[in-house]
Amino acid sequence: MEKILQVKDLELSFHTFAGEVKAIRGVSFDLNKGETLAIVGESGSGKSVTTKSIMRLLPESSSEFKNGEILFNGNDLTKLSDSQMQKIRGKEISMIFQDPMTSLNPTMPIGKQVMEPILKHQKVSKAKAKEVCVDLLRMVGIPNPETRIKMYPHQFSGGQRQRIVIAIALACNPKILIADEPTTALDVTIQAQILELMKDIQKKVDTSIIFITHDLGVVANVADRVAVMYGGRIVEVGTVDEIFYNPQHPYTWGLLSSMPSMDLAEEKLYAIPGTPPDLLNPPVGDAFALRSEYALQIDMEQAPPMFKVSDTHYAATWLLHPNAPQVDPPKTIIERMKTFRGSRYYEQATGGDA
Amino acid sequence: MVKYIGKRLIYMFLTMFLIATATFFLMQTLPGSPIASYNKLNQTQRAIVEKKYGIDKPKPVQYAIYMKNLAKGDLGTSFVFKGKSVNDLLASRVKPSFILGAQAMVFGTIIGILLGMLAALKQNTIWDYGSTFLAILGVSIPSFVFAALLQYWVATQWHLLPVGLWNDGWKSSILPSIALAMGPLALSARFIRTEMIEVLGSDYITLAKAKGANGFEIAFKHALRNALIPLVTVLGPVAAGIVTGSLVVEQIFAIPGIGEQFVSSIMTNDFATIMGTTLFFSALLIIIIFIVDLLYGIIDPRIRLSGGKG
Repeated sequence: MEKILQVKDLELSFHTFAGEVKAIRGVSFDLNKGETLAIVGESGSGKSVTTKSIMRLLPESSSEFKNGEILFNGNDLTKLSDSQMQKIRGKEISMIFQDPMTSLNPTMPIGKQVMEPILKHQKVSKAKAKEVCVDLLRMVGIPNPETRIKMYPHQFSGGQRQRIVIAIALACNPKILIADEPTTALDVTIQAQILELMKDIQKKVDTSIIFITHDLGVVANVADRVAVMYGGRIVEVGTVDEIFYNPQHPYTWGLLSSMPSMDLAEEKLYAIPGTPPDLLNPPVGDAFALRSEYALQIDMEQAPPMFKVSDTHYAATWLLHPNAPQVDPPKTIIERMKTFRGSRYYEQATGGDA
Repeated sequence: MVKYIGKRLIYMFLTMFLIATATFFLMQTLPGSPIASYNKLNQTQRAIVEKKYGIDKPKPVQYAIYMKNLAKGDLGTSFVFKGKSVNDLLASRVKPSFILGAQAMVFGTIIGILLGMLAALKQNTIWDYGSTFLAILGVSIPSFVFAALLQYWVATQWHLLPVGLWNDGWKSSILPSIALAMGPLALSARFIRTEMIEVLGSDYITLAKAKGANGFEIAFKHALRNALIPLVTVLGPVAAGIVTGSLVVEQIFAIPGIGEQFVSSIMTNDFATIMGTTLFFSALLIIIIFIVDLLYGIIDPRIRLSGGKG
């Protein structure tokens, strides 16, 4: 598969009054053409920062690339000048933000906001741009776009505003669409509509999507592959099936266990104990070790490398080391693994001889 | 919208009526008399003069007469300038004051906005500190000090512009306009800086960046209009500052404007002129505040639409 974006060993720090916050500590991943990659993780795990750094939208005065590269079209995005970045933003890579209530300019008609990237990046007349704008708004499901382009954001509902934001992001048929928790601020029915819309659009315009979320239900719905982030690192990456049915990292186990399940209605909902690591003084070894009941001595001393589980599935946990003791994941995870061909708990559907 | 404007106009008239009444009765408590050599006159002479100007009648009657004339737009006759009506007196002096005020307002707010934007865009750099320093100077130093400094350096030391008076065309207006503009300049610079910093941190600015907009487009197309909204609110008081500032600045530059007229009429106890000028200034302020409120709606579509139905 063609790799459209490669992030290699990315390290990024914020300079704050308290000191240097190492928000991203060596993140590597690839984005293939036409796929949806979900990045999941709790607040502060670095998922938003990673994608904002791809777009170079972080404040230049306080953030700094320490290491690594972001390769797109043969260019390292961390090294491009501002004006070179401006030609990529909105045209090659565009972004959908979390809160549609605040991400549109309140004093500008929405038509003008949708037309802006078209006029900026494509050599078209205003009339043509308006035509494209109306088509886009119709595609994202805004009724009567011809008359509504003159209206202001406050005259639209939250779901409609997110549709408009999506129209803006799609205006120039970007190669990569970054969606930063696009449904978090919406209510559940609207969430489902927006997710459907994004899936439809991906089929129509064949763009690659990086989808950031902390909602595993959403991940199962939209993603092809999943990267799990924790403490500024990717701890596990694989296809949706691999992450959901054959997870290897204790943090992924925790995440999946804390997902409410319909089948186990009477059971108490699991919560991962403790709090995320302080990235001002990041832990030496595995950042999750202090919260993990499966932590080994080496987890405290040395950060685990990525161990290969399959060609598409990697996890950074010492438990995968050949010399590591065999541990059993939580019961709910074993239940999941039983259905996954290739996992060590796999049972034939006939219920046979495991 | 029409209903809203109508309601506002009624309130404006009510305000003017209250101001006129209050000023009229406050004037009566002022010590002294407009008749310069009051003490040298004997009883009969006083009676003749007082009858001539109508100040022999009881106060309520005087008030009724004044309000009746005011309703017709007649501000009365000056006590000091023989036979000249206050209307004529003001009319001849409106032009210089208006030119100064308008120039100071436009120059002050535009430069102030630009300085504030510069400070916000280059936050915590030498540009920011420089413009903040200027703004603090502008707020804390009274306009007459600027006036005197400008006169000293620009006029008497460098001989670039006239030191005062209103006889050299537009050139005469430059120094007093600058002196007057310092207040509004400083105020708008402070306001825009604060507001700009907040707006630049908002999501829609990040979205504009994500569209590929450059620094200029972000500052002027996206941020400025939103940052202007709170500034419009203080433009009313800014205009008031210009009006009061002009009282002193016109005096310093010896410009035959309304402010100068106002000061000298107070010196000579010229009741009718004091009343007339006060009412004129009040009317001006009320109208400016009204315009500012309308401007608000033009800049912020959210206000325009909700106000439109009211």
